[in-house]
Amino acid sequence: MRSMTNFVEASEAVAPEGPASPIRQFLQARGSGGTADRIFIGVMLVCALSIFGIVLFILKILISRSHLSQAAFGFRFFTRSAWDPVSGDFGALPFIYGTLTTSLLALAMAVPLAMGVAIFLTELCPQKLRAPISFLTELLAAIPSVVYGLWAVFVLVPIMRDQLGPFLYKYLGWTGFFEGANFGVGLLTASIILAIMILPIISSITRDIMLAVPNSQREAVLALGATRWEMIRTGVLRNARIGIVGAIILGLGRALGETMAVTMVIGNHPDISKSLFAPGYTLASVIANEFSEATGDMYLSALIEIGLALFLVTIVVNAIARALVWAVTRGAPARIG
Amino acid sequence: MSTNAFHTPPPNGEGEMRAPMDFQSRRMRLNSAWRYAVNHAVTGLAVLSTLLVVAPLVAILVYLVYMGASSLNVAFFTHIPAPVGEPGGGMANSILGSGIVLVLASLLGIPVGIAAGVYLAEFGRGKLLAAAIRFTADVLNGVPSIVMGIAIYSMLVFPEDFHLWFLYPFRHLLAPLMALNIPPALQIPMTFSVDATGVWLHVGGHFSAFAGGVALAIMMVPTITRTTEEMLATVPHAIREAALGLGVPKWRTVMSVSLKTASPGIITGCMLAFARVAGETAPLLFTAFGNQFWSFRLNEPIAALPLQIYIYAMSPYDEWHRLAWAGSLVLIVMIMVAVTLVRIYASRGILKGAS
Repeated sequence: MRSMTNFVEASEAVAPEGPASPIRQFLQARGSGGTADRIFIGVMLVCALSIFGIVLFILKILISRSHLSQAAFGFRFFTRSAWDPVSGDFGALPFIYGTLTTSLLALAMAVPLAMGVAIFLTELCPQKLRAPISFLTELLAAIPSVVYGLWAVFVLVPIMRDQLGPFLYKYLGWTGFFEGANFGVGLLTASIILAIMILPIISSITRDIMLAVPNSQREAVLALGATRWEMIRTGVLRNARIGIVGAIILGLGRALGETMAVTMVIGNHPDISKSLFAPGYTLASVIANEFSEATGDMYLSALIEIGLALFLVTIVVNAIARALVWAVTRGAPARIG
Repeated sequence: MSTNAFHTPPPNGEGEMRAPMDFQSRRMRLNSAWRYAVNHAVTGLAVLSTLLVVAPLVAILVYLVYMGASSLNVAFFTHIPAPVGEPGGGMANSILGSGIVLVLASLLGIPVGIAAGVYLAEFGRGKLLAAAIRFTADVLNGVPSIVMGIAIYSMLVFPEDFHLWFLYPFRHLLAPLMALNIPPALQIPMTFSVDATGVWLHVGGHFSAFAGGVALAIMMVPTITRTTEEMLATVPHAIREAALGLGVPKWRTVMSVSLKTASPGIITGCMLAFARVAGETAPLLFTAFGNQFWSFRLNEPIAALPLQIYIYAMSPYDEWHRLAWAGSLVLIVMIMVAVTLVRIYASRGILKGAS
């Protein structure tokens, strides 16, 4: 490209006077030349930079709009458990507790299953079944959050209330995690629906990462006489472990920010209780539930500060996860160890 | 299986110095029995977990189709919601509202997303700036939709006046712009006014379809950018070089050669981004807000299918629950048709042969 423009400039320098050749005139009439290119690159660059702009803009507007509650409570906002809109006393601890509990429980349920699916799809599955099952798990990812919520409200909540809840109380009630009144809505129900929702993300990324492990690794381990599981463990999982951790953290990021389905089944009550049957509240669901009814600047400001916290946490979590996934899939040499 | 070779002692070679290992000892047999047991157990667990994952999907789909199909009727597509206590009614206004918001989001989001992808793939190869933009796009992709909702609320719904003092010298140029007679349907919640101190921009003041469209557009951008970049990267360099060698300018090469070759993949990316935001509820809660009546204006609150499903699902009325199931079925059929069409289209595209 560069050499071509140089050539054109050189020919112009040789014959500065006199009319341009017909070909040159035609090309100029068609808008060829450096100016059009530079404008084009400029427009593309502006669009690309707008992605930076969007992130900075969200950050700026959340910080400036939550100014009131930042000034009133400072960092203690995140360690106080008061949530009293009437007297204007706000603290985010119950929501942080609810978010962490549901997300981590969901991860605990989803990760082993997602690993199983990824192993099945990459290493065990007959070729014929592979495409339909990946398609099904991708469909699971395409279902909107509100539809999961609807299903959870009318199917999962009755099951929790009438079958699973009493069962857990009977056999695991001694742990103290399954106590108190069980209405079907609560932290555990929210965790289960979250687990169903993050499963496809974790399993499809894990599958991609396991597929990126070169076949020579598998062949080398098999040639030493390993069984298939030993091959998967030493040849595939060990090479892909950084990427798998990245996939899990990506799932965590999704779980932290998931709003609608959780709002519909968590019970929406700002309490910190040990029992998983108890209703709770998450950072995202308190915004969804109370933002449009928030009266008073301090109330609104406190909710926006919760949004700011959620934004920063998910950015950090996602950045870590992306970095880990990139380290594996971007041709970094597979480590053996 | 080849691993059976372990059970038979290897043949003694002529030059063998050591005694061959005894693979038939009790310890070795126990060891291999254990290894095979573990192997089969893990295989079983993997199959079991796949079944466990597929089961909820099938359960959700079957239940949804059963509940939705039994409550779908013609009125659902032709009527607006009935008042509480009255039977019947439909979601016609929500379907139209979703359509308006999504068209607006696509018009705003798709060009920006594709342009950013073009920059990353065609001009940003190996640059630090491009890597940073790529990373930011991935991070933006993970920002919770509810946060997008409150950010756009703060920008386009919360009433605010901006003092654009730097536009004061150009106030006479703005006059014809302000005198423009924009049809009511296309007015957006932004107006200019001029006074002695300068030019003012008045933004927001009420919920609007425009704010909902902007929120969804921002959510579409990162997905489209990344797919566009990946698709452009698969276009062979020889094609670009052929065009450049004929004297075609760079911008023309990008538009008519690179983008055209990669178009099936880029369309796939756009459809996937579309399908993703079509089901989003959280960003619309405080922007488009919902509406029980017909609305055709960008300047007013507007109904949307996911919003209406949420409102009806949380209501205490059986009739509304019925409508929520019907609405979910319609929404999910729309999304799945889009995703399936895209998969069929993408597997036949010219890209398949090009790379």
